[in-house]
Amino acid sequence: MRLRSLVAAVAATALGISLAACGGGDSDDASGGGSGGDQTLTYWASNQGTSLDNDKEVLTPVLQKFTQDTGIKVNLEVIGWNDLQTRIQTAITSGQAPDVVNIGNTWAASLQATDAFLPFDGDAMTAIGGKDKFVPTALATGGKEGTDPTSVPLYGLAYGLYYNKAMFAAAGLQPPKTWEEMVSAAQKLTNPAKKQWGMALAAGSYTENVHFAFINAAQNKADWFNGDGKPTFTGDGNVQGVLRYLDLMQKDKVANPSNAQYDNGTKSVNDFATKKVAMVINQNNADSSIVANGMKAGEYGVVPFPAPAGGEQVASHVAGINLSVFKNTKHKDAALKFVKYMTDAQTQTTLGKPFSSLPVLKDAKPVFTTDAAEAATFQDVYNTKSKPLPLVPAEDQFESTVGKAMNAMFAKIATGGTVTADDVKAALKTAEDQVAASS
Amino acid sequence: MSVATETAAPAPAKPARNRSRLEHRPGLNRWLPYALLAPAVLLELFIHIIPMLVGIWMSFVKLTKFFIANWSAAPSAGLGNYKVALDFNNAVGEGLLKSFGVTVVFSLVTVAFSWVLGMAAAVALQPEFRGRGLVRTLFLVPYALPAYAGILTWNFMLQRDTGAVNHVLEQLHLSDGGTFWLIGSNALISLITVAGWKLWTFAFLTLMAGMQSIPRDLYEAASVDGAGNIRQWRNITLPSLRPVNLVLVLVLFLWTFSDFNTPYVLFGTAQPPAGDLITFHIYNASFLTWNFGTGAAMSVLLLIFLMIVTGAYLLITGRRSRRA
Repeated sequence: MRLRSLVAAVAATALGISLAACGGGDSDDASGGGSGGDQTLTYWASNQGTSLDNDKEVLTPVLQKFTQDTGIKVNLEVIGWNDLQTRIQTAITSGQAPDVVNIGNTWAASLQATDAFLPFDGDAMTAIGGKDKFVPTALATGGKEGTDPTSVPLYGLAYGLYYNKAMFAAAGLQPPKTWEEMVSAAQKLTNPAKKQWGMALAAGSYTENVHFAFINAAQNKADWFNGDGKPTFTGDGNVQGVLRYLDLMQKDKVANPSNAQYDNGTKSVNDFATKKVAMVINQNNADSSIVANGMKAGEYGVVPFPAPAGGEQVASHVAGINLSVFKNTKHKDAALKFVKYMTDAQTQTTLGKPFSSLPVLKDAKPVFTTDAAEAATFQDVYNTKSKPLPLVPAEDQFESTVGKAMNAMFAKIATGGTVTADDVKAALKTAEDQVAASS
Repeated sequence: MSVATETAAPAPAKPARNRSRLEHRPGLNRWLPYALLAPAVLLELFIHIIPMLVGIWMSFVKLTKFFIANWSAAPSAGLGNYKVALDFNNAVGEGLLKSFGVTVVFSLVTVAFSWVLGMAAAVALQPEFRGRGLVRTLFLVPYALPAYAGILTWNFMLQRDTGAVNHVLEQLHLSDGGTFWLIGSNALISLITVAGWKLWTFAFLTLMAGMQSIPRDLYEAASVDGAGNIRQWRNITLPSLRPVNLVLVLVLFLWTFSDFNTPYVLFGTAQPPAGDLITFHIYNASFLTWNFGTGAAMSVLLLIFLMIVTGAYLLITGRRSRRA
């Protein structure tokens, strides 16, 4: 009997642990809502530089200048991307939120749905300098279409196709203008025996994968949600778009199967920077990593990520970081002043270079690179060849379900399996059901 | 051999001197036990009971992103969340069922692996020899190492192109060195290896401690009777360790079944379907899609399942104990 009660006690404890692990999030409220009268804002910044410390170094003088100008102190915390979404969820759930927070702009519509963020209505928009100062496509990412946005653009990013100039010259190749040219160039530059590949893909990163599902489908004129916000993942354009991207590894064989384990974009960029691959498709913040790995600015060129001949010229989604204010802030005016300061021309210029970001302001010039052609390419992609990811509350579910389905399909290809159009359709159908079930 | 089943030593009688002094102060005597228990009860309440009740409440409401800012306003879902989780013709239910299957296989194999390894090591270190302390310390390393550091090291070793595992296999001509360990179907093998590596030390430690209480003269008597090592293990060690084993196997099972850290650190955000353990599955279902109601319903189902398993286990083993 004593044994049984001991076993029961141990079992109960273990069960408790298991449930606690699955239950609510951790209540990490290091920085609470502030205490009324004093003008101190709490600001959660995302990781834009080479490390969290680097972000702190870059932002601190900028924030000090804000304090000098306005007398408002800013309490900065830089949060890594792996934690940011969970931290924001916890902040929303608990009400223990910062005043101002950086968000990935693709989350904007999902976060807007929580009703925890301040809408930039007429007055608030005027307070931060008016909506006309922003690039229109960038501002469109701020929330659902036809509503007051709950976030405004802060740093702009766009995809581009980086290519190694020396490798292209040695093979007598021109930078590709269509998908077909890109594939044939990549095939010429692939030699698995010498561990040389045409392209590197972050094929194990669901966030990267879903971006390419979106862009490739957009080139086929296919959408992921209909006008009512219902998922339409299994259309022909979606299936073919996804398959076209998977085929870079499967049919065209221009990417190392090991790429299926690359769970973030940095790994594929490092392959490019160390000259193991001739091309990589990445956002313009790859510049800092490429240079850090020893490649010089003139050694690579950038062209828009090409569409197949006859396809829609979509080369990127409107990528970047937005700035949001929590609705329950006790310092609304100070927070709006801060948003205005972060999105004014001078701050954008100061932060553009260290964070390799594109300006979100209409008349600003990119400063992240000294290569004028590269700057012009990215600015052109950002302003005219990019399309926002679906601006619907279920966008986050689209990212996780479709992105993870693509991870699994790349894994199947890498380990010797075959993925057909029917397989893609079945995987997207499952993703669609998952989104439909939980919305 | 009937001596061998004699296990529970009678507890030594407690000295009664202090008790008589306490009996002269009835107030203290009455409140002291409660005062001593209070911190434990309060902690248990706040750390286990209340979160558990909140979790159960969550499973009955539609707690999606539309309501997390004001979750008291979340509408009731009735049994809706459970229906979604248990509808195996639907993508969500099917995913949960698959994940459950993976977890059952993972738990059974990991527990068996850890127990066999722990028992082998404990038996090997039972006789005294020079350097026994050193080997014991060495065996405890996986347990002493922070879980995160240990699993991350495995992650590096299991990489396809740069990992030590593939390198060694290639040098030994056992493979071409191009095996994927963290994606595809091998992921389950990797997961079991890493979880077992982390867990077997606990089994070893527990069994070793249990063996200390087996009287040496039992083995000597058995030797005189002509019993070999295997016979001694089967007829002395194993029956003597029965109470230890009962607890150990149950705890190992509950721990592995609800293991979150291993898949989370080993696979990061890129977890393969073959390594989709149930706690991680539930985490994804609630945190990535912001649907905490369905996630909570899945957690409650997991709780019910583990309670049934535990109850059945206790019932069966308890009946056997009485028969013995």
